[in-house]
Amino acid sequence: MAFDSFRDFILMGGYGFFVWLSFGVSFLALFALLLQSVLARRQLQLDCARQQHRQQRLAKRQAATVTSAKE
Amino acid sequence: MWRWLHPYAKGEATYQLLGRWLPWVTALALLSLTVGLVWGLAFAPADYQQGDSYRIIYIHVPAAILSMGAYAGMAIMAFIALVWQIRTAEWSIAAIAPVGAVLTFIALFTGAAWGKPMWGTWWVWDARLTSELILLFLYAGVMALYYAFEDARTGAKAAGILALVGVINLPIIHFSVEWWNTLHQGATITKFAKPSMATEMLWPLLISLVGFALMTAAFVMLRLRHGILRHELHRPWVRDELLDPQQEQS
Repeated sequence: MAFDSFRDFILMGGYGFFVWLSFGVSFLALFALLLQSVLARRQLQLDCARQQHRQQRLAKRQAATVTSAKE
Repeated sequence: MWRWLHPYAKGEATYQLLGRWLPWVTALALLSLTVGLVWGLAFAPADYQQGDSYRIIYIHVPAAILSMGAYAGMAIMAFIALVWQIRTAEWSIAAIAPVGAVLTFIALFTGAAWGKPMWGTWWVWDARLTSELILLFLYAGVMALYYAFEDARTGAKAAGILALVGVINLPIIHFSVEWWNTLHQGATITKFAKPSMATEMLWPLLISLVGFALMTAAFVMLRLRHGILRHELHRPWVRDELLDPQQEQS
């Protein structure tokens, strides 16, 4: 351990602000990237479901026009 | 080799392969990042000149190296996409660019927060800092071009050409501290010379570097998987992958 106490660890020999600012902002940036990357799957699920509903609706309408044309 | 490689030009095979590897790469990335950063922050000795401020190196240098490494990977994918028209290569351009941009931002930001106490300024317009800032703009340009066209393939081609042209920036970043006068210190780790760092400081840096590399790989794999799904959304296998069986019946 390079520090004598937890207080020394936080102070970083007087450079605490810069060290923790660097680590904090880097962590936040990576966390934002992770969140955005993971949430993309939810959006894909919604898009996929929407596409499927649309196709089913079109298929139903087509089937209806075919039967009505036969009559 | 082509017989072995060929299936991975198809989306589904690549998706499944990445899915098998992703948990392992993620676990190893988390492990090595934790070890490297905790070691560097709390256990490595303080620098005799820079005191404890030098501990920023444990994110700054890995992020900077990987920002360039990711760009090189993106340029290789752009080359494959342009020459052999392989679609998974096109999609990986879009998967790599945001990850590289975040790494470049981290390198720039931690560099500024290290420069303030050591150089007395957050920013100077010298060659190293400016060329790294240009790298950030290149990533932004690649992303903007990729999504700027109605036709996704045209966008991928335009972004690929920009990515290839931008490769010229990589040697400029690397050699900038030798070619021009600068406040920035020279390389800490090189392949050929003895590292200019004590062993007990170097080990956590190398572990952190491995951690950043694995983390970059994990992000790219995750994003490429989603890219594959996005482009093959109309295919049955994607539907099976994304929607629950109960949901499908309704």
